[in-house]
Amino acid sequence: MKKHIVHHLLRISAAALMLTVTPLSQASDQKLVLTGSSTIAPLAVELGKRFEKLNPGVRVDVQSGGSSRGVNDVRSGLADIGMVSRALKDDEKDLKSFTIALDGVGIILHSGNPVKTLTDQQIIDIYTGKISNWREVGGKDGRITVVNKAGGRSTLELFLHYFKLKDSEIKAHVVIGDNQQGIKMVAGNPGAVGYVSIGAAEFEAGNGTPIRLLSMAGVAASVESVRNGSFPLARPLNLITKTEPVGLAKKFIEFSRSKEVNDLVQAQYFVPFVR
Amino acid sequence: MIWFKPSILSPSYADARLGWGLAAAAGLAAAILLLIVLLLLRESWPVLQRVGGVRFFADQGWYPAEEMYGLAPMLWATLAASFGAVLLAGPLGVASALFCRHYAPFSVARLYRRMVTLLAGIPSVVFGFWGLTVLVPLLAQFQPPGASLLTGILILALMILPTVALTADAALAAVPDAYLRGAAALGLSRGATIAGVVLPAARGGIISGVLLATARALGETMAVLMVAGNVVQTPTSLFDPVRTLTANIALEMAYASGDHRAALFVSGLMLMGLVIILAAAAWRLSGGRLHG
Repeated sequence: MKKHIVHHLLRISAAALMLTVTPLSQASDQKLVLTGSSTIAPLAVELGKRFEKLNPGVRVDVQSGGSSRGVNDVRSGLADIGMVSRALKDDEKDLKSFTIALDGVGIILHSGNPVKTLTDQQIIDIYTGKISNWREVGGKDGRITVVNKAGGRSTLELFLHYFKLKDSEIKAHVVIGDNQQGIKMVAGNPGAVGYVSIGAAEFEAGNGTPIRLLSMAGVAASVESVRNGSFPLARPLNLITKTEPVGLAKKFIEFSRSKEVNDLVQAQYFVPFVR
Repeated sequence: MIWFKPSILSPSYADARLGWGLAAAAGLAAAILLLIVLLLLRESWPVLQRVGGVRFFADQGWYPAEEMYGLAPMLWATLAASFGAVLLAGPLGVASALFCRHYAPFSVARLYRRMVTLLAGIPSVVFGFWGLTVLVPLLAQFQPPGASLLTGILILALMILPTVALTADAALAAVPDAYLRGAAALGLSRGATIAGVVLPAARGGIISGVLLATARALGETMAVLMVAGNVVQTPTSLFDPVRTLTANIALEMAYASGDHRAALFVSGLMLMGLVIILAAAAWRLSGGRLHG
């Protein structure tokens, strides 16, 4: 989090410097600036590296800071391309968006928890505090610890949107920042339930972290089920531009949506965009 | 007659230049505080103007997406966590300083002082990480969810203990030897000397050390964010998860825009106000002789 703030300060000072030195300087044709979702940023860095290799003389600069920052920076012209890990909102429809991959949000429990599946209604009841003991959903006797995400994060927005909940209706016991903090919290508390990116959770579970992804509506939460579109709680990872992309931005977006980067997308536990 | 010619007392231009340089440095330090307050005011102004200052205390909760900006629960949480930590670390720190100055053999005291100095240098995030992976799961076995006001207080107390201990130690060392000899000449016991002579004489220094520790506790962010649970609610028990004002800023700043962002600057403004009130209170408490 501190890193984000530092980034922010750096960006402000850099912008101030640019204003004083070259008032008219825009991101040059040979440099591409991407800002936004911390979910997409690691993938964008990899995409950028390969893009630079294929196009000598081009530099791709990636900075994370959340989907909202991606929208703001594209609007203000600070970035050529924004990274937004959700569908655009109604008041953002003036921007152009291009899906490059899909990401699923999965419910995670401690691996010692015997509960195998929860219905949508049960999840809503747990998150609104109507169900507070695991016994009520077929588990062992024990209090449920509800782990929620802090305001503004796209995982939270996707979760609320899917379950048609408002943030004020959720009775959380712990509020976390990023996926890793959530995974650590659930791994350290046998009674906890939380939600994080499926890619991150599958990776951690595969590496021996004591967490388990819960299947939803009979569909197992896995990279595979997100890929074939059967997993309900999924989100698109988008690149956005202010106007119809031209030049280098257009080339990068087309490159990011092509088959030749599928291996990079998969390496980040995301699901490639299939046309 | 010499004082009619002050130039003789400071004949060199170098001295005058030094004076100006020092004045500029002092002015800069003071101006930074002013600039910070101005920046906070400017950034939070849009939302203060639109929803009014009262709503930040009166709103039922903190749901920026739904235009509810209640900061009061986080204000209470911040105060509870800080003062809880000071209540724990204050007496402990002063007691350890007293032991070190008046009871411990010289070699023990020297070793102890080195260790406390080292403790003061440990980054707060290390305490936070230890809290998240050890303290929280431990407490979760008895009182789920574990992340709570109590874990926040314990981590903060650990963090500010060396500050209190070291400043109290320095304050005790500054008590004039003559006082101690006087007490000894009157036949006072060691305990009576401490209670009747040493502590009153070192009061200003000890209070300013505790004030410094309180300010550090108020401003600590990452360690508390990792262990306190971050749920926005007014704490009613030690086991309630809480969110402090600093954690609120750190959690949401990177993801906020518009009024939400401005409301976070109001959090900052409120913290600034807290620190100013604290400083004023400490000034009054020590009778205006904070550094005397």
